[in-house]
This record gives sequence, C-alpha cells and structure tokens, in this order.
Amino acid sequence: MTSARDQILAGIRRSLRRDAPAPSDAQACAERIERHPRNLIPARAQLPHPEQVELFVSMLGEVAATVQRLPGLEAVPDAVADYLASQNLPAELRMAPDPDLEGIPWERRPTLTITTGRAEDRDPTSLTGAAAGVAETGTLVMTSGAEHPTTLNLMPDTHIVVLRADRIVGTYEDAWDVLRARGPVPRTVNFITGPSRTGDIEQTIQLGAHGPRRLHVLLVEQAGA
Amino acid sequence: MQSTSHAFKDNARQAVGDPRIRKAMGLMKPGFQDRRARALSRLPEFERLREEGKAIKDHVLANLDVYLERFESKVVEAGGQVHWCRNAAEAREAILGICRSIGARTVTKGKSMVAEEIAINDYLEEQGLTPIETDLGEYIIQLRNEPPSHIIAPAVHLSKEDVEQSFREIHTWMDPARVLAEPRALVNEAREVLRRKFQEADVGITGANFLIAETGSTVIVTNEGNGDLTQTLPKVHIVLASLEKVVPTLEDASTILRLLARSATGQEFSAYTTFSTGPRRPGDLDGPEQFHVVLVDNGRTAMLGTEFQEMLRCIRCGACMNHCPVYAAVGGHAYGWVYPGPMGSVLTPSLIGVQEAGHLPNASTFCGRCESVCPMKIPLPKMMRHWREREYESKLQPAAYRYGLGIWAWFARRPALYHLGTRLAAGLLGRLGRGRGRIASLPLAGGWTGGRDMPAPQGKTFQQLWAERARGREAA
Ligand code: SF4
Repeated sequence: MTSARDQILAGIRRSLRRDAPAPSDAQACAERIERHPRNLIPARAQLPHPEQVELFVSMLGEVAATVQRLPGLEAVPDAVADYLASQNLPAELRMAPDPDLEGIPWERRPTLTITTGRAEDRDPTSLTGAAAGVAETGTLVMTSGAEHPTTLNLMPDTHIVVLRADRIVGTYEDAWDVLRARGPVPRTVNFITGPSRTGDIEQTIQLGAHGPRRLHVLLVEQAGA
Repeated sequence: MQSTSHAFKDNARQAVGDPRIRKAMGLMKPGFQDRRARALSRLPEFERLREEGKAIKDHVLANLDVYLERFESKVVEAGGQVHWCRNAAEAREAILGICRSIGARTVTKGKSMVAEEIAINDYLEEQGLTPIETDLGEYIIQLRNEPPSHIIAPAVHLSKEDVEQSFREIHTWMDPARVLAEPRALVNEAREVLRRKFQEADVGITGANFLIAETGSTVIVTNEGNGDLTQTLPKVHIVLASLEKVVPTLEDASTILRLLARSATGQEFSAYTTFSTGPRRPGDLDGPEQFHVVLVDNGRTAMLGTEFQEMLRCIRCGACMNHCPVYAAVGGHAYGWVYPGPMGSVLTPSLIGVQEAGHLPNASTFCGRCESVCPMKIPLPKMMRHWREREYESKLQPAAYRYGLGIWAWFARRPALYHLGTRLAAGLLGRLGRGRGRIASLPLAGGWTGGRDMPAPQGKTFQQLWAERARGREAA
C-alpha cells in the first residue's frame, strides 16, 4: 500500500500530465529558492534613509501606534517612566533579556521595577527591541530567541519597543536580507503593524482584541551616544 | 461542515427577507469596499503586483510537487513534521492522533477555513476534547453554534445585541448587572475569557496563509493576535493547511502579502503577520515544543489541470464576496457550506460535488465585479459558467432551465441573430423594469429570476451603445 504522501504526489503529477518534473524545471525551482529574487518593489519606500525613517514614523501613526524620538539610549529610562505615568500604568516592566536593553542606564529611574524573562499573564507592560522596522507600512520585525521571548510581543496590555533608527529599512525584502544575514530563520518572526485590533463586532475597529492595546515605539537616533 | 448548498434557492429566499441581514450587509460598502479602494489608490503598483502574484501562483501550481517536497524537507530540518492527508477524514485523524499522543484535553484554534472544511471542531468534541475558537468572530459563532458567514469576518451577519445575548447566555459566571452595550465591553469580555483558554490549552491549531518552500515556514495573518497566542502558549502547534498554499520564497510571500490585506480589509498591512518555523529552539523561553503541519489535499489535486485550476490561486481575501451583489442580498449562510460568495460558488462544487452544490454557480448576475477586484485575477464568472455547463450536461437542471440555456447557447453561437435577439429583449426588459431600475421577475424565466433581482437594462444593448459612442467620436 502506498502512503497518502505518495498518492498525493502521484495525483499532482497525473494532473500535471507528467511522471516527474522535467530536470530543467526542478533546477529552475531550486535556483529560484537559492537566489530568492525580489519581485516588484513599490516605489513608496525606496528612499534615502532619513526619509525612510520619516515614512516609518508616519505609517506607525496611521495604525494607532505611538512614537517618541530619543537622541540616545540614555534617554530611554525617563521616556519609559514618563510614558507609563502619562497612561496611568504601574511603573513595572517585563523586559526582554537582551544585552542591549540590559545595558540601558535604568538606575536613572530607580522607581521603575524591571524584571526580565518571558511574559506572564498579568504583566501590564513589556519592553523589547526589534530586529528591524519596515518603513513601507510602519511594521516592526520581531524575532524569537533567548534574547526575545515571543510572549512579550503578545500578552501584556502595553508593549514598548526600543528601536534604533539605523535598523529602519524600506521594505519587507530589506528586512529579510537583514534576517538572512544573521543565520537560519528563527522559530518565530512577527511582523507587527500597530496594536492588536478587531472589527468583528459590527465592523467597528476596537484595539486590544487579544494582544497589546498600546504599542509605543521609542526611536533612538544614535545607539549608545 | 454539513452542507445545505443544495437548498441555495430556499436559503436565499429566506435571507433576502431578513432585516438583520439587510442591516449587516449595508455595512459592507463603507466597511470593506471603500477601505479597499482607498488602500489601492495609495499603491500605484497594485495592478502590476496583481500580475506578479498571479504569476507566482501559476508557477507554483505548475511545479506543485517540487515545492511541496522541498517544503516538507525544510520543516523536518527545522524539527517539525508534515502529515499528508488525502481528505478530510485523514486530516481529522491526523489531528486527533497528535492530540491523543500528548493526552490533550483543550485545543485552542486560530481561524482556519480548512478547519471548517474538515469540521474539526465537531469531530474533536465527539472524541471528548474541547476545541475553542479564539478569533473573536469565530468564538461568537461557536457560542451560537452557527457556521461563519464570511471567510474573513465570520460574524459579519450579527449585531452587537446578538453578541451580548450570546455572552449573557453562555458566560453564566458574568455579573448580570454588567453593561455590555458597546463593542468595547464585548471585546473586553471575550478577551478575558479567551486569555484563560489560551493558557489552559494543550494544543493550538492555526491555519496558514502561506507555506514557504525556502524555509519550511508557515505564515498566518491576523489582526487580533489570537493566532499568535494560539501557537505560542500550548505545548504543541498544529498548522492545518491545504497544499496549494505553498510559495517558493519569503520574497514571493511578501509580494502576495502586499495584495492580501489591502484586498481583504483595505489595511496597508494586517497587525500580525507571523512566520513560524519548527518548534522552539534551544534557549528559547517560550514557544511550542512540537510543530506539526497537517497538509490537506481534499480535492485540490483533482482541480489541477482542469478548467478550475486557476481557483487554486485564491488567497482567501474575501474581496469577491465584499463586492458581490448576490452575496450582499443573501448573506453568507445562504450558500450552505464553508465558502460563500463568488469564490464559494466556484470552489464548493469542486470540493463537495456538483450534485450537492450545483445551484451555487447560478448565484451570480455575471456583473464581473468579483473578477475585477480579485487580487489573484481569478476569472470567477468564467468558471461559474463552466460549472453551469457541466451541470447542464449532467442534466441536473429542471427541464425548463435546460431548455432556456439551450436556446441561449444556440443564439450565442450565431452572433447576428444574437444581437437582434438581445436588442429586442433589452427593449422589453427596459419597459418591464421602468421606474424601478430592478426587475424582480421575468416572464418565462421564473426559474432564473426567482432568486435574484436583475438590474434593468436601460433599453439598449451594450453593442448598440458602443456603436453610438463610436459614431459620436467619429463625428467629433
Ligand atoms: S477568489 Fe479572489 S477575491 Fe475571492 S477570496 Fe479568492 S483571492 Fe480573494
């Protein structure tokens, strides 16, 4: 008895009226994967880097995310503490165990309680980095790993992201190039565009369906400056 | 899902008279059509992207075996497993087998149309498991024991009062004094309940918008983030996908993603687009320990190489139903099975048989809007015509209908006579529909107009108008 797998593949070949892919076709498919050529790239984000940053910021605004621009990482603690206070949120963070974030001079705001690790259910606010920001649609690219648990992107009501401006790229394809340069694709790559939302009740958009209600991006112009 | 597609006419007649459906469908235009139009106007390359999306899928379909084998080998390399299933029964068994292997009791689910196709919820329940839908719309209709009425907005037919009533009935622990009048309060209630479910679940099942041969990744697109919690918190992640979802590379997926959200909801991009590759890695602090892809054929390979092959390009965006006058009049449930609207009228007979779903291809005015908005350029009206022909050949139609179509075909093959005939008919129809702009019934064609209003012709045929315009241009 042949397996379901073999029967399905045989069925496909029958429908395509060939016993096996022609070697040249199989070769072409393998090359397409190997070279992963880009298709048409919209002109929108093919801009000099400073304009990509502007586009990124304005697209974030369109999807109801908020942005604050900071001169350097040393400004992050004040910005975080002030943001939490402005939203009437507790001064508590669950932070990704990411050396870049751990290196921020948090002692400047000793009232902030910071724990690291994956998100737990009642964590009000998470803080993570991002592998890239895509200007085209204001999309944050988050990759899973020991330094960035995926639950931090999803469970807390508020998600604060520290993104270095030099990590902003134009398009999704640019982001893939960044990720490919780092090695094999991680278990989870989240492309996140604004806070969680639903239109399932009478087509009125509500934020915070299951994931964060607030997505706040701290855009840091110069890392470590 | 049990089909009632054979009863399309009765379903439709009931639906047309239902004021709730009228109201819900009235929201479709501002909700979907206008937003889509705005999004498209901001992306001048949209038309060319459609061509490219179509070309990607056509290339995949011509090499489907190559890309599926490649996809499988990459899934295995990443530590996952692929379960090939010929039909719904095999897919159900594969899923149950995985659940049983870890003694699972609770299963959370992201939205998946293939899951509806194989009726996995009913099956798991029969086997003593508890499946829980986590997409808000799906959760609501699961509480109400209803099928989805739209492929991306499953509860689009319901009002907030309907939702409130269901929550009050089923969430019996809720304080009866709690105010749930506004969508915000309803969303909060669902969020709380489902947050617990996400954490209790042993297995999370999601669908897939794409399978990527290059990396063995599966891709889901949601706005709520429910699919992400579904696949991140339980021990086991099962991806349930039909096999035509495969694309070669991350770049190819990116191209089609530019079409998907804009066509579906008019968003520039959905809130969460997630690429999952294998189980959690060493050192990861969260994520599933097992990753399974249940790869389902269920009628797809039989469509390959036929006049319905192009339907396999469908990315389930819903644009065709959002712009369909028949869908707008009857709603999604009238179609009687998983897939409503124009794409359902083509796909359903392919998947469950023309015997059961033969009426669906008639649920069309042939206005062509579905094809014109379809991001994958699927010739839906042409394929509905193919089904009508097949149905006609199989002598399923009542005699009067067969007779009428036979006459039409005879005329259609004789252009000069056809033009004369349509000119006469258009004049007649114009008079019948005068003052209303719509015709609710036609003499001698009750079988055809019984279920649909026909837009009244303006008293001239297209060919006449064209000729007059052409003359006008020459004169100018
Ligand atoms: S047929 Fe086209 S428009 Fe309809 S759901 Fe599929 S891709 Fe979208």
